[in-house]
Amino acid sequence: MSIPIADHVRDIPRSGIRDFFEIVQSMADVISLGIGEPDFVTPWHIREAAIYSLEKGRTGYTSNLGLPRLRRAISDTVHRATGVRYDPLSEVLVSVGVSEAIDAALRAILNPGDEVLYHEPCYVSYNPSVALAFGVARPIPTRAAAEFALTAADLEAAIGPRTKAVMLNFPTNPTGATMDRAQIEAIAEVCLRHQLVVLTDEIYSELTYDGREHFSIVSVPGMKERTIYLHGLSKAYAMTGFRIGYACGPNAVIEAMMKIHQYSILCASITSQDAATEALERGTPAMLRMRREYELRRNYIVSALNDMGLECFKPRGAFYVFPNITSTGLTSQEFSLRLLREKRVAVVPGPAFGPSGEGHVRCSYATGLDQIKIAMERMAEFVREVRAGQARSAA
Amino acid sequence: MDALIDLLKHNPLMAREDVARLLGLTVDEVNARIDALEREGVIIGYQAVINREKWNPDTVSALIEVKITPERDGGFDRIASRISKFDEVQSCYLMSGGYDLLVLVEADTLRQVATFVSEKLSTIEAVVSTATRFRLKTYKENGAFHHFDVTPERLSVSP
Repeated sequence: MSIPIADHVRDIPRSGIRDFFEIVQSMADVISLGIGEPDFVTPWHIREAAIYSLEKGRTGYTSNLGLPRLRRAISDTVHRATGVRYDPLSEVLVSVGVSEAIDAALRAILNPGDEVLYHEPCYVSYNPSVALAFGVARPIPTRAAAEFALTAADLEAAIGPRTKAVMLNFPTNPTGATMDRAQIEAIAEVCLRHQLVVLTDEIYSELTYDGREHFSIVSVPGMKERTIYLHGLSKAYAMTGFRIGYACGPNAVIEAMMKIHQYSILCASITSQDAATEALERGTPAMLRMRREYELRRNYIVSALNDMGLECFKPRGAFYVFPNITSTGLTSQEFSLRLLREKRVAVVPGPAFGPSGEGHVRCSYATGLDQIKIAMERMAEFVREVRAGQARSAA
Repeated sequence: MDALIDLLKHNPLMAREDVARLLGLTVDEVNARIDALEREGVIIGYQAVINREKWNPDTVSALIEVKITPERDGGFDRIASRISKFDEVQSCYLMSGGYDLLVLVEADTLRQVATFVSEKLSTIEAVVSTATRFRLKTYKENGAFHHFDVTPERLSVSP
């Protein structure tokens, strides 16, 4: 007999990104704009802190919640960013990447059948994470015309009797969407009125451009009590492989998440926690240098895309652009596959991030400028050829 | 302006069209800003960073620590400018600590450096003493590494 797979796991579709990844892997000389992680190596002083930690023989378990010193650093960092103070002893949990924190948060709050809203296109794990926690995921489509921001009206319209929580992710993967203070306050007002729990995934919050400051929903008065603030070091500090994330929230929720974390994970790696402490205590200058580099590349890629006639708003956060490719007459999937086969440039088809991503592709600018330049030249060539083909078949 | 200067520091040869795209400016605006920086003396030159292990590896360079007696009127400046004028001197800094001037000298041979120190530098009246340290190998030059290039492996598509 074969081992039977649980229904709710079997029903989860394979990630669209995985399929595409397999094709890209099988080809040579591909320039990839499909990568959702920084191209920078972790700043040396942070790597050096990890080496020092190993040298000192720090190789054991830590407290389930994470090293106290790291939790203090997290509490200070979040306080600086949001004005909200979390008690490092009882309101902070160190997780293995933000992904684990999202999973633990959902499992901690959901009863079977509870509904969770999230804005779409979005990070690939939200929908399956809700399903794995026996919840019901309800996407709210966002639109290019609104620069993929979530509107209070759309949120309110999606709320039903079983709606328990809403997940936010600004700046957004894959669209680079951001929300200003007034927009966030409008969302908070709806959440307060409908007693919704908010899970806010702030993984890209440091990567906010044009001299703006990211405004977190937890900063709105009355929201701390109903918000689970999720963040990590992967993106801003180029530490994806260290796998350090964290959750901040009311003690009861952190306590519940800790039960799940303690029985499934026990604790995050101590080497990574030591590196993360160094990053939060002394990593700001290196982080700001990387941010500036991303911002310049963003300017470059948006201008190049618009020049080739692919409509693209200038995102104010994360490291993705999400151009509209419908003017080529191709679907997202066709565009991405042909661009890959004909010009050896990999982008990710928008529907990988939910059906409302159709008509778009995600290009990451977490890739060196040299590569971006070549990729943009090849892409412009591709768009010209596709349009010429269209004109021929029309004639 | 900071971003522009960083780009130029890193690669002054970058095409002005690319600089403009990166900064969200027009080429004319970029040119005007660079002209202004040059005119105001913020940018005083552009140089290639040479890998000394590959080009004229026998060139001698030395760091010379110089103690001097400051003058009543000129302080350190007049002596420093006098020392800086020698062709052998690549850089000259006023330092805190056990000595006053740090002088970076380059020459074709060891003898030339020795001659410079004994005949030019030490004979200046205000110079009290010198200590010469020769460079043996270069690992990093002006922010650029000569070795230890890392090419980390990355997945080609990730969420």
